[in-house]
Order: sequence, then C-alpha cells, then structure tokens
Amino acid sequence: MSARSNILNKLRAGLAGTTPRPDEFDEKLVTEPWQYAPEDRITRLRSLMEAVQTEIHSVSSNDWPAKVQQLLDSRNLANVLYAPGTGHGQQLAEHWQSAGAKQALLAYDRPIAEWKEELFWSVDASVTGTVGGIAATGSLVLWPDRHEPRLMSLLPPLHIALLKASEVEDNLYGMMQKHNWSAGLPTNLLLVSGPSKTADIEQVLAYGAHGPKELVVLILEDC
Amino acid sequence: MSQRIPVKDLTDSFRGRAVGALADDQLRTNFRVAMDSLMKKRADAFPDEHEREGLRELGNHIKARALSQLPDLLEQLEAKLTDNGVKVHWAETTEQANRIVHSIIEAKQGTQVVKGKSMVSEEMEMNDYLAERNIECLESDMGEYIVQLDGEKPSHIIMPAIHKNRRQVSKLFHDKLGVDETEDVNELIQIGRRTLREKFLEADVGVSGVNFAIAETGTLLLVENEGNGRMSTTAPPVHVAVTGIEKVVGNLRDVVPLLSLLTRSALGQPITTYVNMISGPRKPDELDGPEEVHLVLLDNGRSGAFADAQLRQTLNCIRCGACMNHCPVYTRVGGHTYGEVYPGPIGKIVTPHMVGLHQVPDHPSASSLCGACGDVCPVKIPIPELLQRLRQENVKSPAEQPKVKDGGAKYSRKERVIWRFWTRLNTSPMFYRLFLWGATRLRKLAPKNVGPWIENHSAPVPARRSLHDLAKAHLNQGDR
Amino acid sequence: MSERFYDAAPNATLVAPERAKPRVYPAKPTEVTLFGTCVMDLFFPEAGLDAIRLLEREGIRVHFPQAQSCCGQPAWTSGYVNEAREVARAQLNLLDNGLPVVVPSGSCAGMFRQHYQEVFAEEPDTLKRVESLAERTFELTEFLLHVCKVDWQDLGKPTQIALHTSCSARREMNTHLHARELLGKLANVERLDHDHESECCGFGGTFSVRMPEVSGAMVLDKTRALRESGAAEMVTADGGCLMNINGSLDKQQQPFRGRHLASFLWERVSGEHRS
Repeated sequence: MSARSNILNKLRAGLAGTTPRPDEFDEKLVTEPWQYAPEDRITRLRSLMEAVQTEIHSVSSNDWPAKVQQLLDSRNLANVLYAPGTGHGQQLAEHWQSAGAKQALLAYDRPIAEWKEELFWSVDASVTGTVGGIAATGSLVLWPDRHEPRLMSLLPPLHIALLKASEVEDNLYGMMQKHNWSAGLPTNLLLVSGPSKTADIEQVLAYGAHGPKELVVLILEDC
Repeated sequence: MSQRIPVKDLTDSFRGRAVGALADDQLRTNFRVAMDSLMKKRADAFPDEHEREGLRELGNHIKARALSQLPDLLEQLEAKLTDNGVKVHWAETTEQANRIVHSIIEAKQGTQVVKGKSMVSEEMEMNDYLAERNIECLESDMGEYIVQLDGEKPSHIIMPAIHKNRRQVSKLFHDKLGVDETEDVNELIQIGRRTLREKFLEADVGVSGVNFAIAETGTLLLVENEGNGRMSTTAPPVHVAVTGIEKVVGNLRDVVPLLSLLTRSALGQPITTYVNMISGPRKPDELDGPEEVHLVLLDNGRSGAFADAQLRQTLNCIRCGACMNHCPVYTRVGGHTYGEVYPGPIGKIVTPHMVGLHQVPDHPSASSLCGACGDVCPVKIPIPELLQRLRQENVKSPAEQPKVKDGGAKYSRKERVIWRFWTRLNTSPMFYRLFLWGATRLRKLAPKNVGPWIENHSAPVPARRSLHDLAKAHLNQGDR
Repeated sequence: MSERFYDAAPNATLVAPERAKPRVYPAKPTEVTLFGTCVMDLFFPEAGLDAIRLLEREGIRVHFPQAQSCCGQPAWTSGYVNEAREVARAQLNLLDNGLPVVVPSGSCAGMFRQHYQEVFAEEPDTLKRVESLAERTFELTEFLLHVCKVDWQDLGKPTQIALHTSCSARREMNTHLHARELLGKLANVERLDHDHESECCGFGGTFSVRMPEVSGAMVLDKTRALRESGAAEMVTADGGCLMNINGSLDKQQQPFRGRHLASFLWERVSGEHRS
C-alpha cells in the first residue's frame, strides 16, 4: 500500500458514519467591520501602510514617471528595473527618454538565469504596477505575469508600486469576489503591505530583512 | 491532596529542564518581557470583542468543516495542484518525507538548500537529515538562522530566537561570521541579509512550509514579514513545500477569516508584510519563479489524532503561537523545556500524537489548567479539555486500551491505589467524617513533610474543627 | 459577551475569555443547600460558616448535608475518570432534592455546572439529574448578588484590598464579575488591581505537586504582585488558590495574607471584628 492510500484510508475510517459539515460561512463577519466610505478608503490604506514605514504619494496618472525620477534622484540611485511589456513600463520609458533621466533603465525582459547575479546585487530600484489595494489591511495586490515577473517586487532595495485610486477595495473578501479570484489564480499572487521587516531580535522592528528596505506607493488619480 | 511523587532522574524530563530554565534569570526576563508585549499586541489588534468572538467562531467552523471532509479535500487539492503543474507527494512518517525531499534534491544534483520558516521541516529534522547526506540546508528566517547558527532549536514557533537578546546575537555573529560586535539590531539584521542573500542566489532548491493549502484553486498560501519565504519559493529553480495534512481548507474565501485570525493572534498585525499565494511552477513564457514545485503532505501521527473526534480538534491549529504567548508555564520555562518541536500548550496536545506519550509523559500534566490558552485560541481548540483527556489516556492501564500513541505512560499501580483510597474516603460519609475527626483532632500531628508541596509552602495544618462540625453545631440539626 | 477583566491593572495580561451564557436567575428561595467543599471543610471551615451566616442574614434557611464530601475535581483533573465519577455520583445523589445548591468556591461550582456532564457523558439517565443540579448550582458571590440581590451597609473601617479569582472559576462561573460587583457595594472598601491580575497563581490542583518548581515560580510572582499592590490583604472565593497563596506567603515569612471572601464580607456587613 502506498503512503497516500494508507493516509486516506485511515482518515476515511475516522469519519465512518459521519457527514461533512454544512457550509455556514458568514461573509458578514469578514465584510461588515471592514467597510469604508469611498473617500475614506485611501485614507485608511495610507495610515496603515505609513504605520509600517511605507512612503505614499498622490500623483496624477500622467505625472507619475516624473515622481519616480525625483524619488531616484533624491536617493542618488543609479538604475531602476522596469517591465517593458506593460503600459506603465512604456509610459516610464517614454518619460525617461524625453526627460533625459540619468538613471539606467533596466528592462526585465529575459529569464532570470541569464542575469541572476546582477538582479540580486546590482539593481537599486524597481517600478511595478498593482491590480488594486485593500483598505482594511493596508495592502497592495500584485499579480505578477510574464511581463512583470515576481522578483521585481522583492530583490531591489527600493520598490515603487503604482496603485490606481479607483482600484482600492474595502477588504480582501470584496477584492476576491469582485475579481472572481477563485476562478483562476496566477502562478504567484501577492499581497504586499509594507517594506520587508523582522522583529526576530528582541522584538525590535528592523526594516529590509530580505526584501525591499523601502516601499513607495504612488497613488494615481484617474483623471 | 498532596502525595509524594517519586523522585526519579529528572535531568532529561520536562521537570528537569524546567528547573534549569527557572534558574536562568536572563532567560526568564527575555520571555516575560516578550510574552507581555505579544499579549498586549494581540489585545490591541482585537479592540472589538464581538468582532473577535464572531471571527473565532467562524475560524473554528471553517477548520471543523474542512476536517469533516479531510480525505476528499486532500484529493481535491492533489488534483488541482497536479493540474496546475505541482507534483504532490504523500508521507506517513518524517523518514518518508525526508526521503522524498532528498530524492528531489538528488535528481537536480543539488548541494545547497535554502529554507523559509517551516515547523513541519523541524518536525522532520530535515536540516540534519540532509546534512548527513552532504547537502547544506540553511535557515533563512532571521530567527531560525540565528538559532541554527548556534546549534539550537527554535524556542517559539513564531519567534524562534525569542530566548536570545541582542548581546547574545551580536556575540554569536561575531564568533561564527567574523563580523564586528554590534548591539544595533538594524545592523545585526543587515549582516543576516547580506549573508543570506548570497545563499538565496546559490541555492539549488528552496524549501518552505505552508500556512493554508486551498483545495478549490490548488494554491499554497504562505505568510511572512521578511521576504525570505518569497525568496525561498521564487529564486531557486526548485521549490519544495512541506506541510501537515491538516492544513487544507476547502475554499479560497476560507482563508480570509483565517488570515485575519492568524496574523492578529500571532503578532497583533492586521496582516503580514507578504501574503504569498503560489498556484504552480513558472509557466513557459514567464521569466522567473521555480521550474518545479513539489508539495509533500505529511501525516506523522495526525491521522491518529484524527481518529478520535475529540482529539481531532488539535488539527484545527493554525500555528499562531497565541497559546504559548499567554501561557504562565511557557512564559516561565521557555520553549526548550518542552524538549520537542512544538512548545507551549499546543505542543502539549499535538506532540503526543507525533512522538507518543512515552517520549513526553509529563506533557499533559505540566499545566495548571488555567485555561488562558483556550481563551485566546483563534480557532477555539479547547486546549484545557484536551489536556485533561490526555491525562486520562496517560494513566490508563494497558488493559484499558489507551487511545493515544503510547498511552498509559504514567500508569502506576501505586498511584491507582491512592486514588482508590481517595474514592473510598469520599464516597463513604462515615469514613469521611472519621477522617475529618482524626485530621482535626490530631492536627498537631499532621505530617510536616508532605512531599513537593513544602518546597513552596508551609505545611498545611487542618483547622481545629471541620466545617461539618461547625455547621452541625450552628444549624443545630442532624442530617438535614 | 464578556467583560474585560484584565485591562485595569498595569501591565495586565489583556485576555478576555469567553463566558458561559448569561443565566436567568430565580427569585430568592427560602431554603438552600450549602456544599462546603473538601478544602474548606478541613482548612477554612470558619469561612464556610461565614457563608452560612451571610445566607441566613438574607432570611434563607441553610441545609448542610452531613454526608457531603468532595465534588470529585481532583480525580477528574488528574485523569482518573472512574474515581471522579464515583465520588461525583455520591454528591449527585445527595443533592438530588431540588433545592438550590450554593458553593463557596468557584471551581467546585464549576465542576457541578460544567464538568459533571462530561463525567457522566455516557449515562443518559444520569445526565438529566446532572442538568438539574447544574441549573440549581450557584457560586456564593453569584447567589448573593443575583439571587439575593443583597443591599448592604458597610460597617467596616476604610480599607484597601486585592482580589484574586481562580482561573477556572472565572472561566466557568464569572466569579470575577460577581466578586467585583459585590465588593463595589461596600462603601468603605477600595479594590486595588495587581500586576498580571488575570494570571494563574500556580495552584492547579495536582499540578502544584507534580511540577512544584514551575508552580512555585508562579505563586512567588503572584504573591509579590499582591504584596506590591498596596492592598492591606487579599480576598478570594476559591479555597485552592487561598491555600496556595497563603501557604507560600507563610513559607516566605511575609505578614501579608489572603482570606476567604465570605469571611471578609461577613465582617463588613455584621460589624463583627475578628483577627
């Protein structure tokens, strides 16, 4: 007998004569305490994320590349990783060219094995999109794909994320339902709620444990 | 009701280790300070009792429902994951699980493994198993890394190095990594970051645990704050997740309340920095992520606990650690006193099914049954009730067929005789009153050495007259 | 739902456990049975008598069946189910007459109300009697507060006290809420919080002799917190905790002491001064 059938048989024996419990999931418990007026959603997200050292700026959907440039300038960073196959990636590249930004634009356009070492050690910052935000917990939802790979939001010490103001939902449950997540998830769906941190030594909070030391969220007003 | 407990060799027992821990002032201070802070954080994270109690009820319901159809959910999970391109393995024992992990690494001719935090891999003693086969298996969670570097085991399931203070970590890094001593926690963490990033880059295989396995979508959900979990599951070409069979839940939406309960109960956070939901290996056109993803489902005694409807509730556990944070025993003796992977109240009720009661005979009785653990458990495991049940199984004679692995570890004919005597005393009014009469009249002769009680107390002296006598005189009546 | 018990004290452990369902209280009866408990019987009989006096003061006739002994809790919590059941059955037979049962110890009352149904889980016929006993069982402070609805005049001098409640009694019988409210009726008594007030004193029945070192560390911390609260004395409605705490204080040669709440209350309302 295989381990699989042994385990399943033992479990089935334990359940002999019983029926599965009915589903009594009460969605009110995970929605009602976490509802906000539309104008309060951003405020809530902002205060929660700022409480864990996230830097947040509101910018227009046209001007954000200039803000990125400014953030990199002020930190004296040499390069920034971007996703050339995305709309926001193209917008960033266009701005970079027209504004003559001095930082090198690094396109994540080849498999990791071809430049793993460089990605690990030499990238200063990255810009990624998000598919929304969650007010209740102060979280960004990232949906990495072939155009915008997973490690973009993890390896560089500075991660700049773009969040459309209109895409902030009240709570995780609402987000899941609205976008019908259970119908199909990407390889790696992520909720990101601040820069990497740890409290493993004496419960003292330290940022930049293994992921980004800094997280900057640019909230894009859609007008 | 104190009786003499025979003094045996205590050095390798809960009690023996507790004596050592209690004598270590630094350790006790580290734990008290840390647990007080964690209790406060949890309380602050649940400002509304109604919300909290409703959520705990829902958490309990979700886990109970999942367990009520566990074999079906495991099969559904397997089918979904397989569709998604994940290879699923089953292991009855930790030995089998280690062999599976080893063969995956061998197939890739791997020599370096980097591990995100996983209690199941601790259960497996995976690091040692792989080390014996010349494979380096490095912990990457900062706390786990510190503990591994010092050749220790975690003392808390969420905060593995909680027993150490910054001076101890500084000295450890200086000794083992050759860096300058510093008591700046930020600097210590940056030392860890640099050292481990090199390892993430080089690793052939990444190993992680799983917080929730979602059958509906074939998804492995991991929570963490550091990013090491994402590193371990994304950077190396192969990702192996190991988890207990009880971690499966039916629907994706089920994780919404469970996540909220987990992070708020554990550290008082509304959510962890990262919630990492993995539903497959790298797709052909994707640029990063592991090419292979494996899931090892481990039993290791869980099906034994599952067989009993009451003990099955131990499998509700979502590993938040709140029970240990609130336990007055754990707070005083620390995690290492338990001598096993899972310390604290939850350790006392899950460990016997894994290693048997002979290995941990004192686990059920090392509790005052104060109930703080059960009060805070986010999925409402009645821990005191289960401890009490384990005590029953622990004192059964072989003929009574204990229902827990190696039950009857504390069966003692002598103790049974004492309890029979106690029963006789308390069921025979005449005998009982004779006892009262004797104890009150001969109170001066009450034994001064009443076993371990007098280590902490003056010997109790019976009153001059019993309540039976006083009440009778006062009420001036006989029986009624 | 529960009322926060723990958040008043500095550095208190902020645990708010769930409570038993709110119970509906009957009108004040004319007769009750007092279940004295084995610890009180032998070590704190005067407190048991004070409980009787407090009840009589409310115009209630108290019965004390001489055949009573122990509720069975020590065997139950030690895993000796059969032994616990035999002893429990003896008490159940004795208390089967329909009279309300008042218990001056929360954990023993909790044994009647919460655990007898587990003890007799496999005896459906007995369970009906168990249910009846559970419905009729009241912890002393609960009974005085909610059934007698006492309205007292405090005849004692101004004093400050600390209150300790047994963990299981709190969980099973809400003793902390009742004791607090009752003490709140005494004009000259100020109740002071103590550090980690919600934390176990380390007694836990046989735990204190099976794990004496851990238990000892707990009671040492508890007695220190009580002494440092600034209170003149500690009161509690649980005999086990009282034996543990006073035994430790005596061993430490500390003058600070605890006493049973029944004695404290009787002194305040009768004006009778002892000690």
